[in-house]
Amino acid sequence: MSERAARRRVVLVVDDFEDNREMYIEYLSHHGFEALGAATGTQALELAFAHRPDAVLMDMSLPGLDGWEATRRLKADVRTAGTPVIALTGHVLAGHSQRAAEAGCDAFLSKPCLPELMLQTVRRFTAAEGAADDAT
Amino acid sequence: MDTAIAEGGARTGSEQETGLTALLEGLLEADNAGIAARLAVDAVTENQWADEACCLLQREGASRAETLAFSPRNRREQGSKQGPGLVTDLSLEVPHAAPGALYLPIAVAPQGRACRGMLVCRGVQQQSKATLLRVARSLGLALRRLAELERSLVSERLLRHERTQLDGIVAALPDPILVADGDGRAMPTNAAARRLFGPPLVPGEGRRRAMALNESLFRAAWASQALGTGGSALFLADPETGEDRLFEQLTARTGAGPAGTVVSMLRDVTDLRRTADELEANYRRMQRLEAESRAERDQMDLIIDAVTDPIVVTAPDGRIVLMNRPAERLFLAGDVAAALPVRQAVRENDRHFSRFMTSLMESAHETRLRGTLMLTDPQTLEPVPVEVHAGKLPPAAGERPGMVTILHDRSEALENARLCTELRRASDELEEKVRAATAELLDRNEQLRRQHLALEQASALKTQFLANMSHEFRTPLNAILGYTAMLLQGVSGDLPAPAKRHLTRVDSNARHLLGIINDILDISRIESGRMPLTLTEFSLEELIAELLAEAEPVIAKSRLVVTAQTAQGLPLVRSDRQKLKQVLLNLVTNALKFTHEGSVTLEAAHDPEGDQMQLRVRDTGIGVAPSDRERIFEDFRQADNSPTREYGGTGLGLAIVRRLTEMLGGQVSLESTLGEGSTFSVAIPRRLRRR
Repeated sequence: MSERAARRRVVLVVDDFEDNREMYIEYLSHHGFEALGAATGTQALELAFAHRPDAVLMDMSLPGLDGWEATRRLKADVRTAGTPVIALTGHVLAGHSQRAAEAGCDAFLSKPCLPELMLQTVRRFTAAEGAADDAT
Repeated sequence: MDTAIAEGGARTGSEQETGLTALLEGLLEADNAGIAARLAVDAVTENQWADEACCLLQREGASRAETLAFSPRNRREQGSKQGPGLVTDLSLEVPHAAPGALYLPIAVAPQGRACRGMLVCRGVQQQSKATLLRVARSLGLALRRLAELERSLVSERLLRHERTQLDGIVAALPDPILVADGDGRAMPTNAAARRLFGPPLVPGEGRRRAMALNESLFRAAWASQALGTGGSALFLADPETGEDRLFEQLTARTGAGPAGTVVSMLRDVTDLRRTADELEANYRRMQRLEAESRAERDQMDLIIDAVTDPIVVTAPDGRIVLMNRPAERLFLAGDVAAALPVRQAVRENDRHFSRFMTSLMESAHETRLRGTLMLTDPQTLEPVPVEVHAGKLPPAAGERPGMVTILHDRSEALENARLCTELRRASDELEEKVRAATAELLDRNEQLRRQHLALEQASALKTQFLANMSHEFRTPLNAILGYTAMLLQGVSGDLPAPAKRHLTRVDSNARHLLGIINDILDISRIESGRMPLTLTEFSLEELIAELLAEAEPVIAKSRLVVTAQTAQGLPLVRSDRQKLKQVLLNLVTNALKFTHEGSVTLEAAHDPEGDQMQLRVRDTGIGVAPSDRERIFEDFRQADNSPTREYGGTGLGLAIVRRLTEMLGGQVSLESTLGEGSTFSVAIPRRLRRR
């Protein structure tokens, strides 16, 4: 327990749609993660550089600085270059997943993405670093 | 007595009377009657007879009363009782007869000619009347004889007279006349003949020889004429001058038989012949000239008539002397009974022409003139524009010149010019139209290009819109589905059973909505060509296993037996794996949905004929009525299209199946029995090639 308390995995949830953002944050918190929320690309970069999360769940369609650009900047920065970025998008058209991979995304999820699938994917990228035990 | 009469030769009435008187006296003497008697004879007509008788009586001293007895009043009775050559006892009613005088009419008719006389005897006794009658009868007979004698005497005398006259004529004739005997020896009968044939009046060797020559020439001519071979022309020499002269010989045969004489009259036709020859030559020349000029004239007429342009020749005084047929057509009305418009047209034409000619004649000095006139065709009453070419004829001294005028119909030329103008205008119009059409075409092309661009843009916008819409749908759906799942998982604590049941409904409806959105997006992508084929080589068995694994939750829920039957040794397939998988998934989902109990079987086989893959999804469901078999492949269609339909689904699954199958170069078909089940068959080429 102490180990889990000492080192809680941090996940940055980037989504401009508050309901979804809050939903994933609540679900991740419910399952023992420390979840941060960012509504814009700029905010996501600030938080990422400041808190060095274990994974970033990135909605690609963002106003202003979009998900692809934010991912590129994260991957380009030494502080966050090793942070896995899981792309999440409502766009299912062909080419989106490829574009995401090119931008440096490590995984690709399409909306609607049920909380369990999201959690499953996040765990896949945080387990190697001694992920916390599943709260459930 | 005959001799005495013949010698008396009395020709006149008085001479005749003298003869008769003597005769009578002799007779009376012989009868010894001593009667004085007188006789009246008429040889011509009754009237003359009467008149002469009256004269005789008067001369003999007859009284006026006696003379009256022969007046026409009594004559009828006398005539009716007389017979030819007989003295009739005629008791004439003589009103004032001389006393003692006896009137005895005597009538003779020698050779039909009436000859009447009257014997008047004075102092005749009644008793000697019978004697007197005998005397009168004898007298009548004698008179008859006498009249006959006298007639022959008269004719001899006439003959002699005529002979004399004839001789005179013959002698006076300038033409030589000869009488030829049977041998053709010529005997000259007049001076002119003697001049040719002799004997010569003045002796001379030349003359004699010429005459001898003439003689022989005449004889030869006579002989040939007698044989019927020679002509009537004869050349003889003039012994006086020595020149040859031509004679025409006229012959007449007198008397009968071969020895009859022939009278020949020669007419000197030398001069006549020469004149005649000249005349003939002149005549021939004249005829030839006339024929030539007539031929020329005829030819000229033909030429003039053959010219289609009207030709008019006018005399110096303006009179029209010649027209060809085309001109007649313009200037002659022809029939007097021609229609009024025709006559008017002709009159108008004539007026125009005359005025034109007058102005030309007066104003111009040139020999050739030109002008234009507007005439009217009398037959059609159409206006005829003509060009007038007039040429002056060489004038006679001191006269104004005549004119030859040719009227050239310009209608055709004008019409051609008009047509030409029209044609040019039409051509210009056409060119303008073509230019306009070309411009319009370019415009249209430009419009089409713009429309095409606009359509492309619209299509892109539509696709973009659909993509956006899809995204915008997904975002709230993500929250709905997410929170529902979280609630059902008890993230917010345990929920009462009814709430869980309600949330399950929310969840399934949200999923259905997502399905619809996905299907719409699929169709939109297929239609906009934004779903490219990704060809890979793969195994059908693996594909089917994967498909069944993924559909496991649905299959489990349906509680149906779902099996796959794949033929042994299926070859690898080259196609779009993802699309084929979706086709099969849609068909399986469809089969599960409409099957309540029984099974769903997925079959796969290779058809070497045509190298096709045969994929079937067989169910034991409700089946599809024949009338619905085509409709179910249409967008948003189900067999039961009522609002309260029993089965869920978007109604787009089979529509997508058909579209994707076609993309893969295959076809989908359906066999079904209502209430027993359906079999959807998909046939695709084993190896798909990009087109």
